[in-house]
Amino acid sequence: MATLILEDGSRFEGTLFGHKQPATGEVVFMTGMSGYQEMLTDPAYRGQIVCMTYPLIGNVGVNDLDFESGCVQVSGLVVSELCELPSNWQMKKTLDEFLDEQGVTGICGVDTRALTRHIRDNGVMRGRIVAGEATEEDIAACRAFSLHGEAIEASCRERHDVSTAGDVRIAVLDLGMKRSLTNWIVRRGAQVTVFPALTGAQEILLSGCDGVLISAGPGNPEDYPQIVETVKALMAAKPVMGVGLGHLLMALASGCRVERMRFGHHGGNQPVKDLAAGTCAVTSQSHLYAVSGDALPEGVRVSHINWNDRSIEGLVYEGRDAFSVQFIPSGLGGPFDTTALFDNFLKTVRANREKAGV
Amino acid sequence: MPKKEWIRKVLVIGSGPIVIGQAAEFDYAGTQACRVLKEEGLEVVLVNSNPATIMTDTNIADKVYLEPLTVESIERIIARERPDSLLAGLGGQTGLNMAMELDERGILEKYNVQLLGTKIDAIRRAEDREDFKNMMLAIGEPCIDSVRRTRSSCARSARTACAPPACTKT
Amino acid sequence: MHENLIEKSVAGWKEIEYEVIRDGAGNCITVCNMENFDPVGVHTGDSIVVAPTQTLRDGEAYMLRHAALNIISALGIEGGCNVQFALDPNSMKYYVIEVNPRVSRSSALASKATGYPIAKVTTRIALGYTLDEIANGVTGCTCACAEPTVDYIVLKFPRWPFDKFVYADKHIGTKMKATGEIMAISTNFESALLKAVRSLETGMDSLAVPALEALSDEALEKQLHEINTERAFVVAECLRRGMDIAHVFDVTRIDVWFLKKIQNIVEMEQALRLLGSADKLDRAMLLDAKKMGMCDRAIARFVCSDEMTIRAMRREMNILPAFRKVDTCGGEFEAVSPYFYSVYGGATEAFPSGHKTVVVLGSGPIRIGQGIEFDYCSVHCVWALKRAGFDTVIINNNPETVSTDFDTADRLYFEPLTPEDVWNILEIEQPVGVVCQFGGQTAIKLAKAVRQGGYAILGTDLSDIDAAEDRELFNQLLASLGIPQPKGTTVFTADEAAAAAKALGYPVLVRPSYVLGGQGMEIAYDEKHIREYMDIINLNVQEHPILVDKYLLGREIEVDAICDGENVLIPGIMEHIERAGIHSGDSISVYPPQHLAPRIQRMVTDYTVSIARSLHVKGLVNIQFIEYAGDLYIIEVNPRSSRTVPYISKVTGIPIVELGVRASLGEKVPAMGFGTGLYPPAPTVAVKMPVFSFEKLNEVEVALGPEMKSTGEALGLAETAEEAYLKGFASTKMAIPRPEEGGVLFAIADHDKREALGLAETFASLGFDIYATTGTAHMFNHNYVGAQPVPRPGEDTDALAKLFDSGKIRLIITTPTHGRDPLRAGFRLRRMAVEYGIACITSIDTAKLLMKCVKMGSKDVPPLGLHDLVL
Repeated sequence: MATLILEDGSRFEGTLFGHKQPATGEVVFMTGMSGYQEMLTDPAYRGQIVCMTYPLIGNVGVNDLDFESGCVQVSGLVVSELCELPSNWQMKKTLDEFLDEQGVTGICGVDTRALTRHIRDNGVMRGRIVAGEATEEDIAACRAFSLHGEAIEASCRERHDVSTAGDVRIAVLDLGMKRSLTNWIVRRGAQVTVFPALTGAQEILLSGCDGVLISAGPGNPEDYPQIVETVKALMAAKPVMGVGLGHLLMALASGCRVERMRFGHHGGNQPVKDLAAGTCAVTSQSHLYAVSGDALPEGVRVSHINWNDRSIEGLVYEGRDAFSVQFIPSGLGGPFDTTALFDNFLKTVRANREKAGV
Repeated sequence: MPKKEWIRKVLVIGSGPIVIGQAAEFDYAGTQACRVLKEEGLEVVLVNSNPATIMTDTNIADKVYLEPLTVESIERIIARERPDSLLAGLGGQTGLNMAMELDERGILEKYNVQLLGTKIDAIRRAEDREDFKNMMLAIGEPCIDSVRRTRSSCARSARTACAPPACTKT
Repeated sequence: MHENLIEKSVAGWKEIEYEVIRDGAGNCITVCNMENFDPVGVHTGDSIVVAPTQTLRDGEAYMLRHAALNIISALGIEGGCNVQFALDPNSMKYYVIEVNPRVSRSSALASKATGYPIAKVTTRIALGYTLDEIANGVTGCTCACAEPTVDYIVLKFPRWPFDKFVYADKHIGTKMKATGEIMAISTNFESALLKAVRSLETGMDSLAVPALEALSDEALEKQLHEINTERAFVVAECLRRGMDIAHVFDVTRIDVWFLKKIQNIVEMEQALRLLGSADKLDRAMLLDAKKMGMCDRAIARFVCSDEMTIRAMRREMNILPAFRKVDTCGGEFEAVSPYFYSVYGGATEAFPSGHKTVVVLGSGPIRIGQGIEFDYCSVHCVWALKRAGFDTVIINNNPETVSTDFDTADRLYFEPLTPEDVWNILEIEQPVGVVCQFGGQTAIKLAKAVRQGGYAILGTDLSDIDAAEDRELFNQLLASLGIPQPKGTTVFTADEAAAAAKALGYPVLVRPSYVLGGQGMEIAYDEKHIREYMDIINLNVQEHPILVDKYLLGREIEVDAICDGENVLIPGIMEHIERAGIHSGDSISVYPPQHLAPRIQRMVTDYTVSIARSLHVKGLVNIQFIEYAGDLYIIEVNPRSSRTVPYISKVTGIPIVELGVRASLGEKVPAMGFGTGLYPPAPTVAVKMPVFSFEKLNEVEVALGPEMKSTGEALGLAETAEEAYLKGFASTKMAIPRPEEGGVLFAIADHDKREALGLAETFASLGFDIYATTGTAHMFNHNYVGAQPVPRPGEDTDALAKLFDSGKIRLIITTPTHGRDPLRAGFRLRRMAVEYGIACITSIDTAKLLMKCVKMGSKDVPPLGLHDLVL
């Protein structure tokens, strides 16, 4: 018997699996029906205890392909049924074994729907998974928990190349990115170099890149003022594309305000409307913060809107070759219907190079 | 995109009597369709030979024809009712076959009836084995050589052959 | 039919489907993906299907999704589309198997599985709306361009007609054979599967099948290699006997994930069996069994107890089901939709509404004998109750129907229709009444349970229902009213049956009581025949006796009537073309009657009123009669709505279901505005003709008989009877034969030869070539009707096949001798007719009607809309 206790005192019973040690984090729910391995290793979920709304988790085990980073990033996993006998040709181990190896705790047998509805109605809050009953101390531990600087922790330590073949050079500012983020631009013929989160703008520009991609990642964008400065400088110099946290930093860099949502968007079914084209696409998202629609500064135009709740999903920065989107066009987990955005980015980058006579 | 303003009166083709392979699901689909059309303020004329259905009810459609689902019979209804559009996509394979035949015989053109929903040539492309395979190749989707082409090919050959058995349904 | 076969190279691959939707602007989304339990090789209509996919990695699922969206875009579909893939279980290779560029059966399943109304959205797209302009009616605050995400598992289980067609070939392959399906929703696969099994109404409530348990290990292993409708149960039995999952996988290629789940169920069963008695059952185990979806009745059987004991125990331990909502979004938004399913363990979201509520019991899966007509009745009942100011609740498990559209009733429970499941819902809803008369036998059979639970039945009382369905009580009732019925008696054993038949004199009609669609009904012509019949029937334990009646060869008449307990309204009398002996559902039915003397019609009216009154019918009643030798006999009384109600309502203009509901609510018939007694006949003629699916079912006897075989019906409506017949035949795709199209082949049973002779003469005079099988030819030629002799199957099957293939035969008229055995020549002849696509008529009466139409020649009959009828 184990308990997930929330900072408001709500308790959800279950059974421990994985590492089976107490774990504390920010509790969010994820509505994707597949992609748990991608989600667990996605640095954007760092510091979070993720509740999967889909009740049958672990069906395909864990494999070598679906790692979005080198390790499990979440603080804890909450599921309804944990699959005992997973089945998939790629499988290397079970989810239970994997979390145990990775030192992360899970709790299964939980009424995940009740938990989801609770978070939905009351907002994301902190929680703690413990064996047996939960105590007042556990609630206190929840309240004491806070997230700071996750992006920097999740980022790579050193600059490295992902691809050295291609006619353009793209620098990626790694704020805790998913590995699959760069797949598309690599496939479309770009050389890609990844830089740690705290790299200065100068160093990036000196690397000879033709464009910059600011990655997604975990945490509150307002925790990274120095990265915002870097982004500002980059936006002034080269074509820049941002996704997820990157989008939020570019927005801050351009004078926008950012606000925290009640429970954010975590899933692969979010409908996003492209205002210029008038079309809608389904996107994969995981974020708790969004650009505020109030008082957008001059020169910043909304390009995409979430069609469920009308929150801002994309911005275009006029006068510069820069745009950003809140969602993850590369999906995985989830849909990759909007990869044309990468094409647009590379087109701009290539056009820019030509203009610069390179 | 606003709804097509010129639509006023829609002829809906149902799927006919229940058989194995084409059953109650089209009463459900057809009923939903008729309700939407009425919600949009359109006049709904329905033809379906199956009296057991909910859709063939005068509170679901404005005019109900419990008439045979044959081209001749439907043409007579079109001639009398003069709908401006035809919705055949909720009538299963029967509905689709009727739409294609009406188009082939020039009846839709003659009475100026627009087909709503998926266009005829799109349906053809999907139903014709060769066209479909070629299209799949063109978009890089692998399809097996013996792609299952059932009802459509049977239906079309049966139409031209002698009377199909009383005991069977196509 | 020319079905293309699936290549060997994808046999055993996973079969994955996507329901996708696209608008005119090119926006497209997937509504649902589905995984078949059976690998590629079995038609999706005959497969157990789960939604969403369970054994696919995210990358695999999204790869196929991407392909499906590519396909729908390339095709330029505007609306719904179904794409089926074969996915290699050992690589990322896939193939497109099939694309249906339209709304389909899967769309209905996907709509009910996710709450996303594909047909509605498709229609709006057809009108020019884009997905972002179309609202989501379930959440009330999102739109149609948001892909549904679910937080449960849905399981679809096909419903096959093989409980009816005992000798039919139960193999399933690429040609669909199921007549219908059910859907079950739960939070784990085991309980979804067990709920599904209960929902099928085949008498099963667990994965344990006695017939399979009785098989030897060798026989069972052999069964494992067969691909048939028993598959899931065969797998369960194999695992129950300790067979390795790996071996079962090797043979069947059913994914190990599914096999493990079935093994879990089997292990739970074993664990329960080991307990030996109910007192050893502790709370933890009982809760686990309930979470796994085991019903009380099954648990009771495993621990050698009874259902009520387990139920009481469970409730005392506070193990109660919770009801969750289907909301299309996994809980992200509060749903305003009232669409529920049950689970054990977890918080409930269904609460008593506080309003006056009536619960309507639905009719379950579509099957021969209980089809969409009963859904019509259930839905109209709900509408009538709403108008009367009640909150309405529907309980049903059929994803194909309008009754399970969450828009129909105020609340929908997608649940099995068994006493336990129904009681769970009644307990929450606390209805003022439960309606059991609009859901066919499914609902009527639950009347007793409803009363046992302490709830009121809205409409005819339980005791009166029994009086109609229980043979003894019914006989007494008719005797007291002075209404004649064919002599008959009830029996249980073959000996009793033979004795009864001898006393009554052959031929006799035999059938089980409390059934629908004449299930199990047959005409027995001799003792051998009756014994054969009793042996088959008693394979399943019969709770109720078998009825043996004298078979009267007369004209069949049918009525549906509305009664408030005292006053009776009869919207119309229906006359059957085919004589008694052919099930009413398979007969051509004509309204108003064309051959009934006014005296008989008066008697029909009088008897109907008498019976309805003495049964205190509050609502609807259906009565079937035979006119024989100038007298009128009752053969059946059904204290509920029948399958003729929809068509009669439409052609008379009388809203029969609504009036029935009002009567059951206490309103008096005279106040309803249609008078009482027999309603004046309509000025038009409506002919209802049955439609069959024999080409889909191998080895099924095509000849009509007392057991219903049709899957559907079509109507011919016109100003005159002749024109109505023409339209009726046209609606059933029976083109009227012309001599230049080919000849008529007669293969007639001895007792029909005289009548057939007259037909042959007429056909010959109209220019048709006449052919006949040996015995018939002999008799015809002997009577100066020239008939070319044709060998019977068995005499020279090849020559016969050649003849059929040549196109020389346009129509076959044949009447069966008797028996269900597939080896008989007549049976084979009729099967060959189906295989070669030659029209085949198996009743002299139908043939005579067709002859009338042949004489009429072709005629353009103008369309007649229901709105044109001056009623």
